[in-house]
Amino acid sequence: MNLSLLILVPLLTAIALLLVKGLKQVRTVALIGSAAQLILCFVLFYFYQQARANGNTANFLFEDNYTWYAPLNINYHIGVDGISISMILLTAFVVMAGVLVSWKMERLNKEFFFLLIFLSLGAYGFFIALDLFTLFFFLEVAVIPKFLLIGIWGSGKKEYSAMKLALMLMGGSALVFVGLAGMYFYSDVNGAHSFDLIQIANMNIPVEVQKIFFPFAFIGFGIFTALFPFHTWVPDGHSSAPTAASMFLAGISMKLGGYGCLRVATYLMPDAAHEYSTIIIVLACIAILYGAFATMMQTDLKYINAYSSVSHCGFVLLGIGMLTKTSIDGAVMQMVSHGLMTALFFAVIGMIYDRTHTRQVAQLGGLMKMMPFISTVFVIAGLCSLGLPGFSGFVAEMTVFMGSWEKADAFYRIATIIACASIVVTAVYILRATGKAIMGPTVNDEHLSLGDAGWNEKLAAGLLILGIIVIGIVPFLLKDLINPGTELIMQKMGAAIGR
Amino acid sequence: MVNDFLILMKQELVITFIIFVLLFVKLSNKETKNETLINFVNILLTLNLASGFFMSREGDLFGDMFHTSELLTLEKNLLNLGTLIISLQSYNWLKDHKHVPEFYILMLSTLLGMFFMISSNNLLMFYLALELSTIPLAALANFDLEKRRSSEAAFKMIISSAFSSGLLLFGISLVYGTTGTLNFIELRGHSTVIGMITSFTSTPLNIFAFILLIAGFGFKISAVPFHLWTADVYEGSPVAVTSYLSVISKGAILFVLVSVLNTVFSPLNGMSEIWYNLLFIISVLTMIIGNLFALRQQNMKRFLAFSSIAQVGFILIGITGQSAEGSASVIYFVLVYIFSNLAAFGVINLISAVTGRENVDDYKGFYKTNKGLAWVLAIALFSLGGIPPTAGFFGKFFLLLAGAGKGNYLLITIAALNMVVSLYYYLRIIKVMFMDANEDPIENVKAGWSPKLAMIICIGGIIITGLASGAYNYIYSLVK
Repeated sequence: MNLSLLILVPLLTAIALLLVKGLKQVRTVALIGSAAQLILCFVLFYFYQQARANGNTANFLFEDNYTWYAPLNINYHIGVDGISISMILLTAFVVMAGVLVSWKMERLNKEFFFLLIFLSLGAYGFFIALDLFTLFFFLEVAVIPKFLLIGIWGSGKKEYSAMKLALMLMGGSALVFVGLAGMYFYSDVNGAHSFDLIQIANMNIPVEVQKIFFPFAFIGFGIFTALFPFHTWVPDGHSSAPTAASMFLAGISMKLGGYGCLRVATYLMPDAAHEYSTIIIVLACIAILYGAFATMMQTDLKYINAYSSVSHCGFVLLGIGMLTKTSIDGAVMQMVSHGLMTALFFAVIGMIYDRTHTRQVAQLGGLMKMMPFISTVFVIAGLCSLGLPGFSGFVAEMTVFMGSWEKADAFYRIATIIACASIVVTAVYILRATGKAIMGPTVNDEHLSLGDAGWNEKLAAGLLILGIIVIGIVPFLLKDLINPGTELIMQKMGAAIGR
Repeated sequence: MVNDFLILMKQELVITFIIFVLLFVKLSNKETKNETLINFVNILLTLNLASGFFMSREGDLFGDMFHTSELLTLEKNLLNLGTLIISLQSYNWLKDHKHVPEFYILMLSTLLGMFFMISSNNLLMFYLALELSTIPLAALANFDLEKRRSSEAAFKMIISSAFSSGLLLFGISLVYGTTGTLNFIELRGHSTVIGMITSFTSTPLNIFAFILLIAGFGFKISAVPFHLWTADVYEGSPVAVTSYLSVISKGAILFVLVSVLNTVFSPLNGMSEIWYNLLFIISVLTMIIGNLFALRQQNMKRFLAFSSIAQVGFILIGITGQSAEGSASVIYFVLVYIFSNLAAFGVINLISAVTGRENVDDYKGFYKTNKGLAWVLAIALFSLGGIPPTAGFFGKFFLLLAGAGKGNYLLITIAALNMVVSLYYYLRIIKVMFMDANEDPIENVKAGWSPKLAMIICIGGIIITGLASGAYNYIYSLVK
């Protein structure tokens, strides 16, 4: 299995998009391209499972290594483990759904789909990279399309939000850069410096060096995943973005940060991660609680979901900060689960907005009568968000809590209890919004004539719901997939804690 | 001997040849069409560019006054490439201009000066070449003959550059007074040649001389605090001259700094620390102040002028690295900078020549009317801002990596955060072009084949030199 296909397919799709004309051709090409991505990801998943079943216990599979900049020892080095595969599958689901919900995008459609596909290219490249330069390259590739997507097709104060998002994310990558450069110059592979993730991991960077550069890398990636107090781009960015871009932002882009925190910061600098874990946990708890309470005050559906994303991504950071095997498993599962759930939520909010032209909860009511399908999807997304058993949210959050509880100290227990308590707040705002907008009496009589979802919207929602339910009912599928990956991280961590 | 002369100085000789031909054209009574002249010069510049890749080798001429090597030949070639691109871009502006031969004579004289400057092996030769490359520039700044601002720019330039040349010359004379030599090689081995002085810095006079020299160079690359002339001159000059000033003339001095002066001053006994600290301070100041001023500019040329000041700050980081990687990254970045900045200037040049509009606000709604040009400008700005997959990302990454090699993480943290600030004003232009509505947007502009070709070269360069590592590896192999 050649992993470079994951970059090649979006690239070819993007080039093909430049050559065709008119909305019909453009969206057909985009759909074919994203379907090809999805199939490719399933093929990759299948081959990966085959290889594991055949007893291949290598840490990373399907590795490819080409020299890129020889004088600086920079390589194009790619490979996957279970964690990357789960992220890649998530990306493919969200991209496909994103293309489907943008089916009627009239304005500058060619540019729109081009940027969407280009964004997915950045995400795939990031998830398969095993060289820190390659990883950084793709991390930044994924920033600018977001700026344009929000700024051109967005709504509300879109220019402000786009600029805020781009600058904060670039600030994050600036910090990441310092962290990477620090690791590079303290690495020593046969007398040369290296960006290679595996080589750096085998080498054990001195603890004092880790202590300097871990905060750079962790905060840098943390900005991408709404680490408190750098979360402020999230609500503005998400709510101003067009539907598909919101889905990408919350579903994929925030996961880049979580994946980076885990794979780069924590895996390569375990001693420092151990050292700073209390700070990470405190920040994560603040994000969880603050996000949840801030959501209570929101009246706009997109803002509700955006602030709740801050809260949900807090669980990812909490899982990473706790540094137990179960909690890190939970963090990865939460990334996948939140990616699917929030993409579904944004998609359905987009569908409602397309019809009613409002996102204010107060102006909506009784939608279940007019659009039963959309309303059902809304309810499913909401229930997944508040962690109802049977959906992926329950599995992921439960695993994080179990992992956190394994730490016996009072500090960790209190942190876990605080995080658990936020679920109640989540239930309040989700049920309130659902009750008002979906159930209840019709507020606006004009809404009575509105139609239900089209085939494209049904397909998009179906895809994402499928993912949510499969993880919710057979969680061991995901758990077994990521297990070798998290075990590898824990090996490093165990050695570090032992020191 | 004659063979040596021809091969080692081939680039200088071709440029001199073009200048003479143009002089004769001007003197003859026959009217020559502007288009023919421009095409003629472009073809010869292309030939010169091609010849630069063959038969280049190391050697000295004129009793060690002139020194050349494969690396220096490459640097000259890059400047030649930039000049060619500018010449292609200015087609629309030049073809109706009354004084085309003079324009080229002046521009190529400065190019010749830069070639000699890069090849200089003696402070006196260096000074001579520097003057040759500055004085005609002042005349060029005045080339929008009907505009008052243009002559104002020329005056500002000539006065301030004369002042800085004075400082430089004073510094050179002090160096001669204390060491008794102006030759770079002898200066380098100074402490051993003259047994009396063990350290270059043990004479306070030498440090004074050094500061004067730095002030002179700082002025030419418009590093803070010697940058104040830049904005006015850039705004007043015709766009072609502005792009020449900000790319070629700056690039030449940077080449000299990195491959000549750095090798002279940094190994000097007791000097390397002062040299490093000076570069560090100037680089940080230049980045920050250039960025702050660029934030609020309303004129496109002025905006690019300040952004190019900030870029120089980044380039100086590569020089502080004082390693083969550092030098290679500087030369590589100048190459990338030639492509990116000239792509941006190309669009502005075309719009200015056709519509006469140069303000940022004029570009509102630009994407609606000129899709292709808007993308060219956007890609150029992304590259200047250091966004992948453009070459600017690789250039900035390598510069900062070279700086980090010295272990100064404060410097690269400042630089990395400055990149975020600079991104703000680049994205501001993108926002104006793509997102703002305008009732009176710039009308659709058709580019001729010549500016189009220049843009294709630039955009191709921006995309290829980064993703393909060939250019960097080649430069690195020469530096080493």
